Amino acid sequence: MQVASLRKAYGETLVELGRKNEKIVVLDADLAKSTHTYMFGEAFPDRFFDMGISEQDMMATAAGLAASGKIVFASTFAVFATGRAWDQIRIQIAYSQNNVKIVATHGGISVGEDGYTHQAIEDIALMRVLPGMRVIVPADANATRAVIKKVADVPGPFYVRLTRPPLPIIYEEVPNVEIGKGIILKEGKDVTLIAIGAMVYQALEAAKMLETMGITAKVIDMVSVKPLDEEVLLEAAHTTRTIVTCEDHSVIGGLGSAVAEVLGEKMPTRMYRVGIRDTFGVSGSPDELYEKFQLKAKHIVEKVTQML
Amino acid sequence: MDLYHLKRKAIEIRKSIIEMLGRAGSGHPGGSLSIVEILVLLYYEIMRHDPNNPRWEHRDRLILSKGHAAPALYAILADLGYFPRSELLHLRRCDHILQGHPYNLDIPGVEATTGSLGHGLSFAVGVALAGKLDRKPYRVYVVLGDGEIEEGQIWEAAMSAYKYKLDNLCAVLDHNRLQIDGTVFEIKRLTTLPNKWRAFGWHVIEVDGHNFIQLRSAFQSAAAQNGCPTIIIAHTIKGKGVSYMENRLEWHGKAPKGEEISLALKELDAALKKLETEEAQKPNLKKFHT
Repeated sequence: MQVASLRKAYGETLVELGRKNEKIVVLDADLAKSTHTYMFGEAFPDRFFDMGISEQDMMATAAGLAASGKIVFASTFAVFATGRAWDQIRIQIAYSQNNVKIVATHGGISVGEDGYTHQAIEDIALMRVLPGMRVIVPADANATRAVIKKVADVPGPFYVRLTRPPLPIIYEEVPNVEIGKGIILKEGKDVTLIAIGAMVYQALEAAKMLETMGITAKVIDMVSVKPLDEEVLLEAAHTTRTIVTCEDHSVIGGLGSAVAEVLGEKMPTRMYRVGIRDTFGVSGSPDELYEKFQLKAKHIVEKVTQML
Repeated sequence: MDLYHLKRKAIEIRKSIIEMLGRAGSGHPGGSLSIVEILVLLYYEIMRHDPNNPRWEHRDRLILSKGHAAPALYAILADLGYFPRSELLHLRRCDHILQGHPYNLDIPGVEATTGSLGHGLSFAVGVALAGKLDRKPYRVYVVLGDGEIEEGQIWEAAMSAYKYKLDNLCAVLDHNRLQIDGTVFEIKRLTTLPNKWRAFGWHVIEVDGHNFIQLRSAFQSAAAQNGCPTIIIAHTIKGKGVSYMENRLEWHGKAPKGEEISLALKELDAALKKLETEEAQKPNLKKFHT
């Protein structure tokens, strides 16, 4: 299994974009080495602003730059980006529709050893609830490249969530990512696994395990959590009649909720949300935590077999 | 603009604020009235801007960080023709453009969405950074409330402005000493404001915030700074111009009603009459030359 860093892919893509477009500026809050925005800072020192440990200041400054014609990327860890600066994002970025791309790293419990204080398991919920905010969660390094280029091109606010650990390669080449579109990775007829981020790999592994048990699973990478691809979701619900969502995030307010909201209104379907079940994270290695919080492929398989 | 016309304009804007709030039935008169001279001088004399082209790229920008003083800003923007004066009749009304607090998308001339206190200085830093980056000569003004600087974000932004040497940025602190629950001293023990800002690396000027001459020279001094941001600490009176509102806590966020409206307007009309009389009695220098 080959892995690659989403953060590094982000930093490299920023540099590539910065070369082509002078309007791109990047802000960080004293985590540039970790988010990899430092790569942009080294290439374009005039267009890189390290705002210090001041996330609220960073988000509102980002909005001021955007209102003055810049395409702004603002990065820090997902907990601080969305939690610490939520009011600033709500007013200065979402409500004001300023052209700011919040690219947060360290999303999910896979942050690991730092523990709950640094594990963002509510960030998607916090961003998804804001009108005018789009939420994108790439599943690997190549998807990250595609997503970063896409959000730079499409005007307006975005929240992009990346992970701390490198993730297994899902896309051998840079995929075509569209806002509002999910990507069908595997067809199947008994159940649909809808996953985001690090859980896309777990869903694919689960599908393989299910295959050996005679169960064929459709797998969707729901990279665009908001706007959600309702078409692909309803089609999957219609054909497979069972849905399991998979996310390294609270089951409240994240992908599972987004899917449940659509299905509940348009096509009530048997479903289960694999994710953090309304509890706090703890310290541990990502692998230990995926075991403890039942986020591994085998846990997805267990749920599917219970349901079918 | 000469002093007489500035003073006239300030009284007219105060009348407009009272009328607007009276009609709306809610809003914030105290902090709107305290910043009238500051905004009048900026919009009618200091700033380069074009009401016919609100997004002119070289315009000077004003960010009203203490967004609850929106009526003062709206009265001026309407007077200058950014939007029809008739909009003032629909302040805070559903399906009209004038939101309770400034909103950048719908209201021509409004640079930033404000109302949640503490955001405006950071936003202004972003605008000033963009100006530096693009080598555009515009200046950025931001009006802060004194209660507002209890927000930690203000001091985060103060450090950023100093770090990036934003001499194109000028903050004005509306130091009317009152916030909702009491004086700024009682509530957060706010003292030694000039020292606080100096310690953060800012050029500090203290003025009477209702005195156009002092304000004018402060803005000139700010524009002459090289390598550091300026804050003008403007000593003001909350509710200025309407005697029953002056220095009274209860007029922070309550609109005048019925008799109160006519009383306020009567007092402002009297002030206007007095100003006109004084002006008429001034020796007309031109006479000596004809």
